[in-house]
Amino acid sequence: MRIEGYGRIDRDTPLNFSFDARNFQGFKGDTLASALLANGVRLMGRSFKYHRPRGVLTAGSEEPNALMEIGQGAARTPNVRATMQEVFAGLEAHSQNRMGPLRHDLLSVNDLLPNFLSAGFYYKTFMWPRAFWEQIYEPVIRRAAGLGSLSGQANPDRYETGFAHCDILVIGSGPTGLMAALTAAEGGADVILAEESAHFGGRLISEAEELDGQPGPDWVAEMLEALHETGRVRLMNRTTVTGAYDGGTYGALERVGLHLPMTPDLPQECFWRIHARQAVLAAGALERPIAFPMNDRPGIMMASAIRSYLHHHGVAAGRKVTLFATNDDAHRTALDLMAAGVEVAGVMDSRTDAQAQGDYPLFAGAQVISTRGRQALREITIRQGGSEQRIETDCLGVSGGWNPTLHLTCHMNGRPVWNEDIAAFVPTEGAVPGLTPAGACNGVYSTSRCLSAGVAAAGAALQAMGAKAPEMEIPEASDSPGKARALWLVEGKGRAWLDFANDVTSKDIKLAAQENFRSVEHMKRYTTQGMAPDQGKNSNIGALALLADATGRAIPETGTTTYRPPFAPVSLAAIGAGGQGKAFAPQRFTTSHEASVARGAPMIEAGLWYRPSYVPRPGEATWREACDREVTMVRTHVGVCDVSTLGKIDIQGPDAAAFLDFVYANMFSTLKVGRVRYGLMLREDGHVMDDGTTARLGETHYVMTTTTAAAGEVMKHLDFVQQCLRPDLNLRTISVTEQWAQFGVVGPRSRELLNTLLDSPIDNDSFPFMACGEVGVAGVAARLFRISFSGEQAYEIAVPARYGDALYRLLVAQAEALGGGAYGMEALNVLRIEKGFITHSEIHGRITAFDIGMDRMISARKMCIGKPAASRAGLQDPMRERLIGLKPVGAVKQLTAGAHLFEEGAAPVAANDLGYVTSVGFSPTMGHFIGLGFLSDGPSRIGDRMKMVDHLRGVETLVEICDPVFHDPEGEKLRG
Amino acid sequence: MVDLIAKTPCADLLPIKVEAVTLSEVTPEAITSIMPYEGKWEVASEALKSAHGITLPGPGRSTGKGDIRAIWTGAGQAMVLGARLDAGLAPHAALSDQSDAWALMRLEGAGGEDVLARLTPIDLNPGVFKRGHVARSLLGHMNAVIARVGAEAFEIMVFRSMAGTAVHELEEAMKSVAARAALR
Repeated sequence: MRIEGYGRIDRDTPLNFSFDARNFQGFKGDTLASALLANGVRLMGRSFKYHRPRGVLTAGSEEPNALMEIGQGAARTPNVRATMQEVFAGLEAHSQNRMGPLRHDLLSVNDLLPNFLSAGFYYKTFMWPRAFWEQIYEPVIRRAAGLGSLSGQANPDRYETGFAHCDILVIGSGPTGLMAALTAAEGGADVILAEESAHFGGRLISEAEELDGQPGPDWVAEMLEALHETGRVRLMNRTTVTGAYDGGTYGALERVGLHLPMTPDLPQECFWRIHARQAVLAAGALERPIAFPMNDRPGIMMASAIRSYLHHHGVAAGRKVTLFATNDDAHRTALDLMAAGVEVAGVMDSRTDAQAQGDYPLFAGAQVISTRGRQALREITIRQGGSEQRIETDCLGVSGGWNPTLHLTCHMNGRPVWNEDIAAFVPTEGAVPGLTPAGACNGVYSTSRCLSAGVAAAGAALQAMGAKAPEMEIPEASDSPGKARALWLVEGKGRAWLDFANDVTSKDIKLAAQENFRSVEHMKRYTTQGMAPDQGKNSNIGALALLADATGRAIPETGTTTYRPPFAPVSLAAIGAGGQGKAFAPQRFTTSHEASVARGAPMIEAGLWYRPSYVPRPGEATWREACDREVTMVRTHVGVCDVSTLGKIDIQGPDAAAFLDFVYANMFSTLKVGRVRYGLMLREDGHVMDDGTTARLGETHYVMTTTTAAAGEVMKHLDFVQQCLRPDLNLRTISVTEQWAQFGVVGPRSRELLNTLLDSPIDNDSFPFMACGEVGVAGVAARLFRISFSGEQAYEIAVPARYGDALYRLLVAQAEALGGGAYGMEALNVLRIEKGFITHSEIHGRITAFDIGMDRMISARKMCIGKPAASRAGLQDPMRERLIGLKPVGAVKQLTAGAHLFEEGAAPVAANDLGYVTSVGFSPTMGHFIGLGFLSDGPSRIGDRMKMVDHLRGVETLVEICDPVFHDPEGEKLRG
Repeated sequence: MVDLIAKTPCADLLPIKVEAVTLSEVTPEAITSIMPYEGKWEVASEALKSAHGITLPGPGRSTGKGDIRAIWTGAGQAMVLGARLDAGLAPHAALSDQSDAWALMRLEGAGGEDVLARLTPIDLNPGVFKRGHVARSLLGHMNAVIARVGAEAFEIMVFRSMAGTAVHELEEAMKSVAARAALR
């Protein structure tokens, strides 16, 4: 029911929305909860376990009951709190966790089984029989107990992440937060003021309070103006600070577009990482319920929430309201409602000495002992002294006092401290470095004291930054926090709910204690209290008070469970926004990418790079056809392949040669200028790290190549060696990978092809195998290396990357004219296996130089990284698994990488495992499959027949162990 | 005689404009990494000054004169943009041609800071990150060099191979920021 003259809603802007396919009207400024209440809708959901009818309990982010599904189809979001969802035109909301219509949920049959579904029922029930788990319990119970459901489709909405920085972060914009923000800004700090709700002002929007003689909301508006004028305050409403992390970092979730109809390009939410030098926590307090019998009916809500709906939204939550309170503060609800013309049928105050603050029926020393109303509250039963009476009411406001919202102060394992004066936990001092709790979240409850606390906290933050705190005038405001006396539980017939969201009652807590789950952490997990979306914001303190009572301990002795981030639910879409789709990993494209794609080459990922798998020609139906053709093409004519992805590192300086001698197993100081050498790099533990070629371009200038996979790792390794192991050497290294587009020109006609483009032709004598030098290609200064990864006569030509696209197309066109063409990774792989060349398939991290037959490359004339470790006896044991070649000789002609090797007659079990296969491919040159692998004492077993078994793929065949070099073992072709 | 056609890293990608913010490619005459040898920082800086009129920048800073600029890019390392370096510097410092290694973009217009704040963790507050300031940081998941070159202008350098991803990420952020601005 709307109340004229109340609320901060825009009555000139009506908005149509739907709930469970029924159409309603709200106003701009409404939340879904306030609009439904205004329309007389009290039943908003079903409870988690018992499927009991539930209405809205609160007016904030702590709401446990009114959880809904918002939106349709792929964009549907479950478990949205109706208290946080603002109404917009066309909003579609649905109730959740029900079977059939909300009013007649078939699963409410669960409500008849409270004894079966009590605490620990999972653990007790699922002991037996085991087969029932997957077939019956899991599907049935998952269906019956739960929350909203996901759409099952990819979320089409936009989300984002962002970074923000400030001197002082103020969390919360009630009286404390507003004063803290203004103090900080006037003290010269850059401020972020984060407010969870759409409106700034905190409780000042929800109360009939005056500051400096003007209504609270007017004072808030003036403060916002003042903050704006400082030019130093970034106002972030709809932003929940969700976690406090190391080094002054805070997580925050901003609702950007959730309150609006779908808007193109507008993110739904933004997950912020805020870095602040100092922070003031002004998060306020949460009113706590009282556990009394049947306290969960729609229409029973927090006394402060009733005031919020009245003052903020102009909505009376009931027509005939009652209150059940333990404190003076809650009596304000009665006064405010009466002022608005709403009938107050009675205020039950559990304190016998309670005083009426106005003209309403006060029942001092009274407790609510039962309630009635099937789908919404109709009547309550109260007990006062020895007598009981029934009162007709459609809305009962409850207040068991207030709990400071201290969650963020506990995110670094700070434990809250019990304050007996206010019967509540307050933050422990210095719990989060740089964060000062102030105001209600620090246990300070009067408006006047909160204003001062905000000024003091911001002053302390300024001083911590070395700035001076300005003189601030404290507005005049109420200074009466009121009296209170805690009441946790009303004994009586019927269940008394503590955790509405997870359906945990006072009996469950007692049962947990009785079954020896006496630690608060154990009780929590046994009963699931505090494990729902509200994370126990409404129930934690009440539950531990009951546990304390049941175990005969005091509350501080019982302690709290651990408060962890996030403070409020955060959608994964927001957290993961920076890593979704293309943002997951950068795509690295070579300069030949477009030309390869234009030729229909499927691009495969090699780390972040994309490389052509093969380059198909018309009529080729499979990748194997293309690959076989490309291999033969390279062996008989000429092929072109982009090799730019290999790491290239410039190494310059007087000690460049000495440095290379130290990082490589073999010698590089003896390499002549204009020559290239293959190098093997070891880790300190004596195993192979990487391999590649290094060219000497000048007396003090080398360029090293690494494998594509290890380019970053090797660069990092070189930095480490320079800075930590050999700071005595004077040289500099830098990656030049991206500067050069480099192409392999490979095959017997490679030189013929190059000479069509080079400014001065080369021949075999002037440019022999392993030569390098500067050349001109079509007038562009290029580098030419005569190196081979295939065993053929081959060159790699490097040009500045801007010419890469043009040169690649030219090389391929010329190659095609010579009977060759472009080739891809599959052919590249087969070509190198045919020649017995290794990649990281072989040097996978557990392999030594000895294992690949390269132990003699470890130079005896110098020290290098890995040399001492590589000389350990165990790393030179002939029985180690060592590199061999393989070919199939059984009926099955296929080899598979990852298969294991066994003696022909041995059972293929782990105990008989003698080795494994690392690389395989069909060799069109040899006419059969070939492979590389590692075999115990491999080199001695060449010519032997063994059994290859691939347990995963179910492939078994006989193989012959052979030399790893299948093609041109004498190496005549690459020198030709 | 053929001529190889040169292509800039962002040739097919830029410029783009989303409301008030533009992203365009910058193609300096040359980019050279300069890493002075042991104890040669000052000498190299002097030599750079006499040859090109600028000194080597300290950490997180850049220097510039006319079209030539030096940007700090790491410990003992800077990139000189805008001219081929005088060969006389070679005895003092390791020089490597990096002209084709980087995609260099200019992000300009009101809201540019907000765009970058979606992608980089550094503090871009004009009081903290001023004109002439440079940072090596992240742009999304990419290594990047970010420099403020004006009150409302930044330059962003990423590896050439990542130009497509960088433009995509920046464009998405530009759209988000523009959509937010339209709400006001």
